[in-house]
Amino acid sequence: MVEVFVSLYFKLAEQKADNPSWPERDYVLLSAGHICPVLYATLAERGYFPLSELATLRDINSRLQGHPHLHSLPGIEISSGPLGQGLSQAIGLAMAFQLDKKTNHVFCILSDGEQQEGQTWEAYMYAGSHSLSNITVFIDRNNIQIGGTTDQVLPINPLDEKIRAFGWNTITIDGHSYSAIENAVSDAQESDQPTAIICNTTPGKGVSFIENDFTWHGKPPTESELQRALEELT
Amino acid sequence: MAKENNKTTRDGFGEALVEAATKNSAVVALTADLRESMRLDAFAQTFPDRFFEMGVAEENMVGAAAGLALAGKIPVACSYAVFNPQNAMGPIRTSVCYSKTNVKIIGGHAGISTGPDGATHQALEDIALMRTLPNMIVVVPADYQEAKKATHAIIEHHGPAYLRIGKFPTNAVTTESATFELGRATTLRQGNTVAIIACGTMVSEALRAAELLEKYSISVEVLNMHTIKPFDRFSILELVQQKKLLISMEEHQITGGLGSAIAEVLSELSHHPPLHRMGMLDTFGESGPDRELLKKYELTAEAAVALVLDEL
Repeated sequence: MVEVFVSLYFKLAEQKADNPSWPERDYVLLSAGHICPVLYATLAERGYFPLSELATLRDINSRLQGHPHLHSLPGIEISSGPLGQGLSQAIGLAMAFQLDKKTNHVFCILSDGEQQEGQTWEAYMYAGSHSLSNITVFIDRNNIQIGGTTDQVLPINPLDEKIRAFGWNTITIDGHSYSAIENAVSDAQESDQPTAIICNTTPGKGVSFIENDFTWHGKPPTESELQRALEELT
Repeated sequence: MAKENNKTTRDGFGEALVEAATKNSAVVALTADLRESMRLDAFAQTFPDRFFEMGVAEENMVGAAAGLALAGKIPVACSYAVFNPQNAMGPIRTSVCYSKTNVKIIGGHAGISTGPDGATHQALEDIALMRTLPNMIVVVPADYQEAKKATHAIIEHHGPAYLRIGKFPTNAVTTESATFELGRATTLRQGNTVAIIACGTMVSEALRAAELLEKYSISVEVLNMHTIKPFDRFSILELVQQKKLLISMEEHQITGGLGSAIAEVLSELSHHPPLHRMGMLDTFGESGPDRELLKKYELTAEAAVALVLDEL
């Protein structure tokens, strides 16, 4: 999902790194809190906090909590980790902006395992039926979760048809393509309905021993594995 | 004392919410298909743009409330307490309390006096659930007037709040001019021998018990503990000085609620009078008329009197 974060923070979302609470900003909500290392890295690269702080991830007294905490780090818009809670908060923001006739846009990033949470579908139902077109969702369709592939644990297909049936505009893209991400967001802006962009992604892309292996979903590499991975990526 | 015996805490909430929303345009209300029952009709008619019908989806309601709060609104999320907080516990913990979003959780139909709907709809664990959450405050008004003041107070308080209300037409135990301060219990009656500490509908029963015990020349103090969190421990410490017996009364399980909060304070003392906790004894309720249920589950003045006479 690094391509989505980079696209949002460096191009598509109106943000000010030196003023994270700028009231006119577009909101980026990470619902799938467990992928926060990529969010933290993007925020640091964008200047929200020093790059040197990235090394403190999950350490005691660090601002980089294991799952994001709203008040701990600049640029974090919601606390997340328990899956299913982000889209509802995106809806609340979108409702407030419509009420106040404001043009802020709300981006929300969900995992595919998160589609198994009931609250996610409560949220789809509300946003679709109320035409909250100021919401754009990205779904990381990498087909893995803690216990195996999503198809093994609890299949969520046909995901696009299901979300469309809830009143959403849906677009399926190659989630690793910057141009596809940009085009999809552009298309979303034309829709009168909220849009879900299903991003087909390869987990661990570019690292031969991690790619598409669900057992890497929740574990960090060892130091030597890290070196091997970095060599493969460069 | 003014008698407003047909009005309920939910009536007080609904009226005060309109007043608060008139004063403050940030106030918005959400419900999960319980608009009339949560006394939101007046709000919805007065502020149609600021009223959100979320459907039967309490988790999404609370999450959306958190989002509204992130945008500067003061969202008031309303449903029955068995659904809100109980169905929405996850979002209340993370989206509201951990993030410290300015969300007000309103739990209606609390307690066994909810009556004929039966055990599924009688919230008896909500105080315990809400009391353990960091950043949450917990308020249980005793009557119509106090519910109005409590509603204003939680809206003026910046941060998560839980307000527990019900449909039981309690006797008026407070007046319009009575002071109300979050976290400060009020002494409704002075006494020397016994103290009854009550919340919600049980305050009126506690006062009635005190009157009944006059016949036995037993002097009873009655404390209205309308705020369960932050807990007014000093009022308990003052109270225990010369009392022989303490009683807590609540329409809630005896674990985790008001009685437990009192016991926690007492446990820090080397000497204190015994505390008898009146409430639901680790059991669910059932269907029936409200007053008959209160009698069956021994949540009445008469039950308190019998207990005092037995213990002293």
